[in-house]
Amino acid sequence: MSSTAHDPAPPAATAETPLLAATGLHKTYGSTPALAGADFAIRAGETVAVMGPSGSGKSTLLHCLAGIVPPDQGTVRYNGRDLGSLSDGERSALRRADFGFVFQFGQLVPELTCEENVALPLRLTGTGRKAAAARATEWLARLEVDDVRHHRPGQISGGQGQRVAVARALVNTPRVLFADEPTGALDSLNGERVMQLLVAAARDTKAAVVLVTHESRVAAYSDREVVVRDGRARDMAGAL
Amino acid sequence: MHHVYTPHVYPMCIVRGMSISHTLLGLLEAGPRHGYDLKRAFDARFGQDRPLHYGQVYSTMSRLLKNGLVEVDGIEAGGGPERKRYAITDAGVTDVEDWLATPEKPEPYLQSVLYTKVVLALLTGRNADSLLDMQRAEHLRLMRGLTRRKATGDLADQLICDHALFHLEADLRWLDLTAARLDRLASEIHT
Amino acid sequence: MSGGGRVSSWARELAVGARFALAGGPGWTRTLLTAAGVGLGVVVLLLAASVPHAVAERNARGDARSPASLGEEMPPGPDTVQYISNGTEYRGDSVGGMLLRPDAGADTTAEPPPGLDAFPAPGEMAVSPALGELLDSPEGELLAERFDHRRAGTIGAEGLKGPNELMYYAGAEALPEERALRTDAFGVDSVGTELPPVLVLLIVVICVVLLMPVAVFMATAVRFGGERRDQRLAALRLLGADTDMTRRIAAGEALVGALFGLVAGVGAFLALRQFLGSITVWEFSTYPGDIVPSPLLLALILVAVPVSAVVASLLALRGIAIEPLGVVRESSVPRRRLMWRLAPGVLGLLLLLPFVGSFDSGSSAEQGQVATGVVLLLAGTTVLLPWLVERVVGRLRGGPVSWQLATRRLQLSSGAAARTVSGITVAVAGAIALHMLFFGARTDQTVATGDDPDRAQIEVSRTSADGGDMSALVGRLESVPGVTDSFGSVVGDAVTETGDFTPVLVADCGTLRESAVLDSCANGDVFIANSGDVPESRLPAPGERLNLAVSWETGEAAGEPRWWTVPETAPLVESRPDASGQEHVGILATPAAIDPGLLADPWTEVLLRVDPHEADVIEHVRNVAWETSPPAQVWELESERVSDELLQVQQALLVGATGIMLLIGASMIVSMFEQLRERRRLLSALVAFGTRRGTLAASVLWQTAVPVGLGLAVAAVVGTGLGALLMSMAGLRLGGWLAFLPMAGAGAATIALVTLVSLPLLWRLMRPDGLRTE
Repeated sequence: MSSTAHDPAPPAATAETPLLAATGLHKTYGSTPALAGADFAIRAGETVAVMGPSGSGKSTLLHCLAGIVPPDQGTVRYNGRDLGSLSDGERSALRRADFGFVFQFGQLVPELTCEENVALPLRLTGTGRKAAAARATEWLARLEVDDVRHHRPGQISGGQGQRVAVARALVNTPRVLFADEPTGALDSLNGERVMQLLVAAARDTKAAVVLVTHESRVAAYSDREVVVRDGRARDMAGAL
Repeated sequence: MHHVYTPHVYPMCIVRGMSISHTLLGLLEAGPRHGYDLKRAFDARFGQDRPLHYGQVYSTMSRLLKNGLVEVDGIEAGGGPERKRYAITDAGVTDVEDWLATPEKPEPYLQSVLYTKVVLALLTGRNADSLLDMQRAEHLRLMRGLTRRKATGDLADQLICDHALFHLEADLRWLDLTAARLDRLASEIHT
Repeated sequence: MSGGGRVSSWARELAVGARFALAGGPGWTRTLLTAAGVGLGVVVLLLAASVPHAVAERNARGDARSPASLGEEMPPGPDTVQYISNGTEYRGDSVGGMLLRPDAGADTTAEPPPGLDAFPAPGEMAVSPALGELLDSPEGELLAERFDHRRAGTIGAEGLKGPNELMYYAGAEALPEERALRTDAFGVDSVGTELPPVLVLLIVVICVVLLMPVAVFMATAVRFGGERRDQRLAALRLLGADTDMTRRIAAGEALVGALFGLVAGVGAFLALRQFLGSITVWEFSTYPGDIVPSPLLLALILVAVPVSAVVASLLALRGIAIEPLGVVRESSVPRRRLMWRLAPGVLGLLLLLPFVGSFDSGSSAEQGQVATGVVLLLAGTTVLLPWLVERVVGRLRGGPVSWQLATRRLQLSSGAAARTVSGITVAVAGAIALHMLFFGARTDQTVATGDDPDRAQIEVSRTSADGGDMSALVGRLESVPGVTDSFGSVVGDAVTETGDFTPVLVADCGTLRESAVLDSCANGDVFIANSGDVPESRLPAPGERLNLAVSWETGEAAGEPRWWTVPETAPLVESRPDASGQEHVGILATPAAIDPGLLADPWTEVLLRVDPHEADVIEHVRNVAWETSPPAQVWELESERVSDELLQVQQALLVGATGIMLLIGASMIVSMFEQLRERRRLLSALVAFGTRRGTLAASVLWQTAVPVGLGLAVAAVVGTGLGALLMSMAGLRLGGWLAFLPMAGAGAATIALVTLVSLPLLWRLMRPDGLRTE
């Protein structure tokens, strides 16, 4: 079985410049340190699972990487730009244009139909209503939920809701998709399907995926994983 | 019959014997011991359900002697014919080191081996955390392969893969739990 | 289950609700909010219920101090008192006053007016506490100059209409017989004067307009924090409570909030009562002791408030099903039907229409009909509003993202939005109607005075025994600092030999030029002034002989004739209105031509031009005028004289309606907070997507602006219509169509306020903390 143990070859960190990289991140909430010197790097098109026990700082790492939260210390570079040097508005614009997000739950606007929800990121970047709706429908079909496009989030199942959320996260073809426990509220079957669709769609659009999860079955969809423990991120590929 | 976590089924060969020699070596790392002491130490920590026969200790020790991993530190006078005291050699320490550093093939009922490894790592002052991390990486590597295979395989393949995945996941959970409790384990072992 | 068992289980469920209301944390917040809302309403209701008593007490004291006899001939006796009503004005406030002289001096048997122990002795005076304070303060320095009486006492509360009334009684050695009246008692029976129809309408509408929004607001207050309550009830359903039980628990919860509100309201009312005693509005101040709710209304409030709270909370549960696993809002609420929603409004209109052009204060049945009509019409708008909001909002499409977020939200909960603004609608519609009614009443009473404040700003005038003392008065007025110019004239009457009546005005050339177009003028000249609309035959001709001894009262020659001949050279000139708007037709003469002392019953008039930067010129002028006997009257010249009271009532109305709008704005803020907090995760997720703060702020703005805007539009239409209707009922000329503009402004301010206050919370919730699951 030795061949199984070394297959597939882990995409070990190479000299290739990462798309998104963080070094020495520190972040403290109140008196609780969430990150204490975490490093992270992801290359274009790569899927990296961020694992770790509850409260280890996984989500905080994601928030820092996505420029939602500024770290207390350390730098995050995206495409060579230091996120810390950008204004709040510029970071928002970056998130609108280059990043996509899927969360565990509660992310769809309950008043809007699924199609309108998916069209939202496009509308935010100034796409016209008709064009946005058309692209949204396309993506809903791709995630096999086009039958509920005129339903509101309250009228569909959790699995359908997460697929709508994935469609929304990918509709503007982001270069990085941030997924924070995307299957956390789903049963195994629905979780599997969402992950399959998410990974396939991300691969098609060559998006890098930062996948925060505590489930190894979900992490198994990644190319490699990073474990966050005590506020530090450990690259498992490097540990071997 | 046990299943290894691949779609293929093969007869299980007991790896336990192999790990007994490493375990005994590890126990010796703490200091030279008599064969009988070794048996008692092993039973106390790992042999709750299956105590070692004295003969097992004897045969293992003679093999290790032959391989140069242990040496006879001294023979005590009096008593029976087997009052040899064994000590680990440098080669023995390296062997233990290598063993601990090699993740186990993710297999069913692996816990006893892993447990043994963790305890020995703790006993010998090695980093049990990284041991577990490495094991996790190994598990995940296998899981990634299974996940990929699932995407292309037929339904039967998928079901078999899923079975394996769930078992591996259970192992990983146990690993996580163990990792979270390492401190307590360490303090229990050292008392 | 036996009856007793049911009662006890009901009581238990109500108690569970009460316990929820008192449970720590969110339970308390909700209860306090409800209590604050209900308490506010209770304060307003209690104040309204106290108005009748306060007004009655005030009027009763006013009646009790009025002299019982008003000018009937009465021989002096041991129990008679001579009096002159001798009020003045000081910096816009009127100072009431009476000069008193018992005929029997100190031995009089007459009872002094209420509030006095004894008649003030000659040279002494008793003042109200407010007047005393004013006279002692630096602000009252100028006023104090008008009194050289020794202050010998204070008028007691029973002799004053309110605590801040300015009032004095002064004793006098002698009073001029021609001005003094005589009475033998103080106190008149209250005269049941019938209120003019406009006033009745005003009162009816004011009551409705002020109290209906309070009811709407209280109903809203009971629903504060309802969503969280519903979730709690759902948790109870999971534990096995049935639907009816949850309803009773909800009722218990509302009841506690309402009872707290009642207690808070009564407490606040008692505190406010003390405060009200210290303020004066439109010279109207009230003793705290007078502010007592009428017992019947009090009982009604104490019972109706908790009952309505329970009813409102039960009504709020209609249309939602509390299931064990959560709250299901019935998304398919039957489509709102227009027909029955129109019914109350139409009925109200039908009740009002018969009175168009013909309402006189009439019978109480008719008043009741009008009140009912107004209530139905206004209530009709609150019933119509949900339908309208649903229809309009349902049609909103497109627009930017912020607009989409807001309109979709409104489409899902148009009922809640409509409920919130229905209070605004009633208040504003009513206020607009009242505003128009006031506008009409004011126009009716606004007189174009003809004053030209550019030429002169103060008019001092008096009758005088002798026209000759005019120059002395002018001299004294000119010495007042700030008076820059003066035009003094003496006006009298004369009759021709044929009996024709002609006015005679004597003044210097400068003053004459103010009253007529003169080519040249020198002392000794005489002019015959005509305005063009008097036939020349009616005017005295040059050379004609005039009798200057004419009684002002009878307009006929009186006593020894004083003949004077119009000079042959007197030219005919064209008169022009003077600064006070008066046109002088007839003889205009310079003092060298006619000695003003020759005129009988002369009227002295002095127009003053003053430096606008000099403060208190008018009070100095009043002080000068005060010293003349009889005191000269002092007027400020204004181009039009409006009824001040009506103007102030109108302003008060605007203030009141704005206050109600603020109140409702407050409740909108509460529900906005609740809604924002509920969506903490969603907001954080939207921020992660890179949604601009501006977009979300704009959606909060739209979410408030759309329903408020709609409510205001309905209010403008209904209010203007009702206003026109009421005006025609009161027989007023229609006008004031733009009365809704200030209200629209207040509405816009409310929208801005709600949005601005919500923003800090929005910013806070938009922080990524909301995303944290751990």
